[in-house]
Amino acid sequence: MSDAPVVELPVVELPVVELPVVELIDVQKWYGAFHVLKDVNLSVKKGEKVVVCGPSGSGKSTMIRCVNRLEEHQAGRILVNNIELADDLKAIDAIRKDVGMVFQSFNLFPHLTVLQNLTLAPTWVKHVPKKEAEDLAMQLLERVRIPDQAKKFPGQLSGGQQQRVAIARALAMKPSIMLFDEPTSALDPEMVKEVLDVMIELAGEGMTMICVTHEMGFARAVADTMVFMAEGRVIEMAPPEQFFSDPKSERTRQFLGQIIGH
Amino acid sequence: MIKPEDDIHAATAAADVEEPSSAVVPETPLWKPLGWAKSNLFDSVPNTILTLLALFLLWETIPPLLSWGLFHATWSVADGSAAACRDSAGACWALMGEKNRLMLFGVYPYDQHWRPLLATCIVIAMLATSAPRRFWRRELGYAWGVAVVVVAWLMWGGILGLPYVETGLWGGLPLTMGLALLGIVLAFPLSIVLALGRRSNLPAIKAICTGYIELVRGVPLVSVLFMASVMFPLFLPEGVTIDKLLRALAGITLFTAAYLAEAVRGGLQAIPRGQEEAADALGLPYWRKMRLIVLPQALRLVIPPIVNQFISCFKDTSLVTIVGLYDLLAASKAALADPEWRPYFVEGYVIAAAIYWVFCFSMSRYSQWLERQLATGHRR
Repeated sequence: MSDAPVVELPVVELPVVELPVVELIDVQKWYGAFHVLKDVNLSVKKGEKVVVCGPSGSGKSTMIRCVNRLEEHQAGRILVNNIELADDLKAIDAIRKDVGMVFQSFNLFPHLTVLQNLTLAPTWVKHVPKKEAEDLAMQLLERVRIPDQAKKFPGQLSGGQQQRVAIARALAMKPSIMLFDEPTSALDPEMVKEVLDVMIELAGEGMTMICVTHEMGFARAVADTMVFMAEGRVIEMAPPEQFFSDPKSERTRQFLGQIIGH
Repeated sequence: MIKPEDDIHAATAAADVEEPSSAVVPETPLWKPLGWAKSNLFDSVPNTILTLLALFLLWETIPPLLSWGLFHATWSVADGSAAACRDSAGACWALMGEKNRLMLFGVYPYDQHWRPLLATCIVIAMLATSAPRRFWRRELGYAWGVAVVVVAWLMWGGILGLPYVETGLWGGLPLTMGLALLGIVLAFPLSIVLALGRRSNLPAIKAICTGYIELVRGVPLVSVLFMASVMFPLFLPEGVTIDKLLRALAGITLFTAAYLAEAVRGGLQAIPRGQEEAADALGLPYWRKMRLIVLPQALRLVIPPIVNQFISCFKDTSLVTIVGLYDLLAASKAALADPEWRPYFVEGYVIAAAIYWVFCFSMSRYSQWLERQLATGHRR
């Protein structure tokens, strides 16, 4: 927040030129000899919700983990907020501050209370004063509907509650982009909804989201773009209406048949 | 309205209540000693033979030990002569009364013995104060700072009216405690750096740390001490000398750190990768991630092997005797050099062993308590 005087500018209707906030260009990645990502191209605009699906081993998790450099890509370019992800540690830090991530296995810090899980990164990375960080944390816990669990340890919560804490923890850094890596896959069926509800709410607030999931109901409800990956390639990319009713590729049709068909 | 989380806790609570009741199994009635002995000690021929053998061994060892150590022991002597001990068949604990100052403080100037005594008491008091978790605050750090200065002043002297006592004259319990404590305190952070280094992605750092650990673990402490005190000075420029005690301390520290590093590494390996990834995703830089997320969890897991190493370090300080320092054990031995008391070396060693045991056992008990205290994070 700068203290520069606020200059009232005339409101001009500009033609909407939406720059992508996340852009993957011809990304390649290998694990040893195994080619995990092949020529992956993806462009996500501000506020866009992208749902990525595909069979296991298709590289979808690897792809979103490249976006905040939990995995390194070996060729091609990845740009986040127009900053290129390369070996520059400063750039990586800057990107990570602005990109929140939710994992399949929650990865909460078991030795800290729920509240401490939420305040840790803001206080140590952004140097937010303790009181302010705690206030924000409580607001977020309200938002994910578990303010009464603030003093508990993660191990004392149910899976659904833990995942909601994990979402709140990521939001505590006030990111502009959220990555979800199969957020409901490790949950018992009855807890999936409480997590998806929080995610749908978040989508409604205009957050840019890239979400790897097989929850097709959720995808229909929030996705602007559906991405189908198989064997390390993006096979199909389409708006959900078209994706679900009239997929172009045989591979996509097969996959959708398998997960929706019964 | 009942929230889902309430249901979960109600369910857990119910499970908790049910568990003990099912666990209560009718036990062998302990109130019937004869019945118990029959069903546990004499229930078969081999068991009966083993029981009788054990009883025989106990009968052969315990009464003579009690008779030697308690009933026929000499607890004090008149006028500092061992005559009373010579006439008795029992232990000569009077040795403790006669030679305690030499055993505890070695060759420290006799009329100044109050100084190491006071220093030792201060350190023990500070250790006791540091033990409970509620005292782990910033103020405790300051208190330690003051205590270290006071203890150093008491031991060295040279200012504020105390005559100077060089480190070569230090000995006994203060020396043992000092070497062990400082060795542990200095080795611990070093071991963490070594353990992290060994897991580093940077090949040079990894090679240095691995090389160091493997090299030091591969040689006996005696040789490390010997090198520190005999060989090391040869490499120093002429005229530069480093205190013998400091060299021994460096040897102990470097040696202990290598072992501790492996214990710490064990803990680091037990932490799921997801913890580091979560910290990375939040943008925590490497050292913060380690200090706030990984190490608190890893170290908690390896309290037992770490304390094992601390205990080992405490006892290993007795090896400094080979470089001419008089630790507790060496001072006890020296106290027995007096021909009058020489026959009672067994008592001397028993007393020294008892002192070591008290310290090591305290560490062991404290670590168990600490493990329970710190287990909160994983409590379900």
